Amino acid sequence: MTATATRPPAPASTRSATGSLTGAGALAGLMLRRDRVRIVVWVGVISGLSAIVAAAFPGLYPDERDRQALAQTMESPAAVAMTGENHAGIADYTFGAIMGQQMLWATALAVGLMSVLLVVRHTRAEEATGRAELVRAAIVGRHATTAAALLVATIANAATAVLLAVALGALGVDSLDWPGSVLYGAAHAAVGVTFAGVAVIAVQITEYARGAAGIGIGVLGVAYMLRAIGDVGPQALSWLSPIGWAQATEVYVTDRWWPLVIALVVTPALIAVGVALSTRRDVGAGLRPPRRGRATASSSLATPFGSAVRLQRANLIGWMTALFVLGVMYGSVLGEADQWFAEIDVLGEMLPETDVSIVEAFAGMVTMVMAIIASAYAIIAAQKTRSEETAGRAEPVLATALSRSRWVGSHVAVVLAGSGLVLAAGALGLGLAGAASTEDPGLVPRLLLAGVSYVPALWTVAGVVVLLFGVVPRVIPLVWALVAYSFLVLYLGAFLDFPGWMDNLSPFGHVAQYPAEDLLVTPLAALTLLAAVLLAGGIAAFGRRDVQSPT
Amino acid sequence: MVQAIEVRELEKSYGQVKALDGLDLEVQRGEVHGFLGPNGAGKTTAIRILLGLLRADGGTARVLGGDPWDDAVALHRRMAYVPGDVELWPNLSGGEAIDLLGRLRGGLDPAKRDRLCERFDLDPTKKGRTYSKGNRQKVALVAALAGDADLFLMDEPTAGLDPLMEAVFQDCIHEVRAAGATVLLSSHILAQVEVLADQVSIIRLGRIVETGTLSQLRHLTRTTVSAETARPADSLRTLPGVHDLEVRDGRARFDVDGEHLDAAIAQLSNLGIRALTSHPPTLEQLLLRHYGDEHADNGNRAGKTPR
Repeated sequence: MTATATRPPAPASTRSATGSLTGAGALAGLMLRRDRVRIVVWVGVISGLSAIVAAAFPGLYPDERDRQALAQTMESPAAVAMTGENHAGIADYTFGAIMGQQMLWATALAVGLMSVLLVVRHTRAEEATGRAELVRAAIVGRHATTAAALLVATIANAATAVLLAVALGALGVDSLDWPGSVLYGAAHAAVGVTFAGVAVIAVQITEYARGAAGIGIGVLGVAYMLRAIGDVGPQALSWLSPIGWAQATEVYVTDRWWPLVIALVVTPALIAVGVALSTRRDVGAGLRPPRRGRATASSSLATPFGSAVRLQRANLIGWMTALFVLGVMYGSVLGEADQWFAEIDVLGEMLPETDVSIVEAFAGMVTMVMAIIASAYAIIAAQKTRSEETAGRAEPVLATALSRSRWVGSHVAVVLAGSGLVLAAGALGLGLAGAASTEDPGLVPRLLLAGVSYVPALWTVAGVVVLLFGVVPRVIPLVWALVAYSFLVLYLGAFLDFPGWMDNLSPFGHVAQYPAEDLLVTPLAALTLLAAVLLAGGIAAFGRRDVQSPT
Repeated sequence: MVQAIEVRELEKSYGQVKALDGLDLEVQRGEVHGFLGPNGAGKTTAIRILLGLLRADGGTARVLGGDPWDDAVALHRRMAYVPGDVELWPNLSGGEAIDLLGRLRGGLDPAKRDRLCERFDLDPTKKGRTYSKGNRQKVALVAALAGDADLFLMDEPTAGLDPLMEAVFQDCIHEVRAAGATVLLSSHILAQVEVLADQVSIIRLGRIVETGTLSQLRHLTRTTVSAETARPADSLRTLPGVHDLEVRDGRARFDVDGEHLDAAIAQLSNLGIRALTSHPPTLEQLLLRHYGDEHADNGNRAGKTPR
């Protein structure tokens, strides 16, 4: 165990700066070699996606009136908070202005995420595995790893900038000119390097790579929120956010470069703080000492169900929070749904053809999408027994007087209850924000019921996972295909007119889109029964197979 | 006398690889039984079958009079297990893991647990992910020893422990044995088992090749001796049980069979010993000597055997 105490700045750290960077070049080479696929995928997806979207604009909004209609819908505070401001005005809503308002925020978030993950991966994660000790014992300066990780992040961001500029500039789409495209790429790089600087500080704070990534992603979330609030309220807040700086360039509209200067000032300052902090700690240690746990277990932990709850708690809370936030985001635009769908024919086609209000139709569709997203929770949580098994932690537990069926059953019970809680959290967010934006408080109980009506579908997905766990655990990841299929057929299928039997292959296809449709109890009962059979089969099969151990 | 473990003709394969190939093993109640074998010989597979975690392909196994697969839950109340590679929950403290495993087995004695934590110098408030390998091992040992099991299955339990902690472990095993419990102790190091075991079984390629008390296995042990003597030690060459003698510059180096050690040292003493070191043979050397080199590196020969 490495010492955890922080220590005062060592006099050695004041030695020549070149000495402390010795080996940085070689380390950066190693990092690029390890990440050659990873970086290419990040950069390729970010710039490729931007180019695909931009290339689709002329087809989607062929004339000025279409673009002005789009600009109208993007005027609502909810839309501005979600994406950003329209710097061009409604009349001049060019393709470039659309990119700057509706696309930039998302890819800027992606670039920030890329930078945080790259830096954490090559600094703190290396220290946590102990590989950094091997490296630091060689002729490598104190700050060489940090410098190399920053260099790699900078290279990745510069590559993103160049690719974005070339891809968008070369498209030849009206108003996506070369100067704007260069600025568009540079704005991404500015956000990226700023978050690389944030990550350098984050990795000093905690001993754990996941903790450091969490801090970095948290700051990214705060940056997004600051600009969201700033864009609809006090402007000053947007200027506190790197994403706000990128949007303040008014790219493709006025093409201002100077907001990016803020990043050039802030980033070195962040790095300096991170480097200064790094000299105050030992290799492997964090500034924040690791938290201690209880010396003895509480009475609730030492039961099969209690321990399953404890092991799944963090995941469940994370998913409930995520679904609640997602629900709030959808709910806050529910009030404008009428206007949206009246103006945009494509979206109207996606809604079920009923005589209910557009708000209810939209809410029904959103609830289904959220339920499909929530099924990812059900899969991950239902896999917990498998991950415990492959990690070698199931073995000592099953060597106690706990039967296999009770062990799996306890985890399944948590998944069954958790599925309801995650769906309810999403529905509550949708209902509360929806009630606020539509001024119809009656939406809350109706949307809650709509969300919870998908519980049997989630149970069925969990049942498939548990059955595979009992019979052929190696193929559990195939369950994700069911999620992808459901999304494809039920969400996109609305445009693409798939035959009805294809809907029926997904458990989600059997749930009525309440409140747009009437709630049907029989399919829900059938799904519950199916889930029970799958779960019972999986638990029974696990009792008959070998417990596998890590190799 | 009733046997704690009775295994006949046990077989288990992983695909093409035969992990157990007709294993016979008998462990009497109240004894400490050393279960020796090189890595990949099948020790862990055998222990997992005895725990009902794996189902045997053939043969029979009885543990404490029950069937390890069918009666797993009932038997586990009376058994404690220490795995070779202890994995802990990253976000649970060591103390929580000890209590969780102990109570799932049917309860542990808090006073005993606290005493054991102290003896093993284990801080139970640290989170699982912050423990070193040795400390994870201690967590599993405390969890096992704090209960009151009739049978302990220990798979290389001291792999990560320093010599001081290994001494504590040996004391604990003596106490457990004095209280009447049975211990199956697997290891690939002969010397570790020698200190503790009443009986030893040696497993190689999934079957038992030798079993008996240590004195019965004495013919297997051959000690390597290096000595610096006042007079040349060439006369040792005529002694029975002395092998591979090399004499150079007043130094002698030879191997001697366990039963002839006394005579060899007496002879050395006559020559005037100035310096003396001796070390026991490794299990691999023993197996090599007795079964030829084609079997020496057991696991490697058959490809990678799952443990």
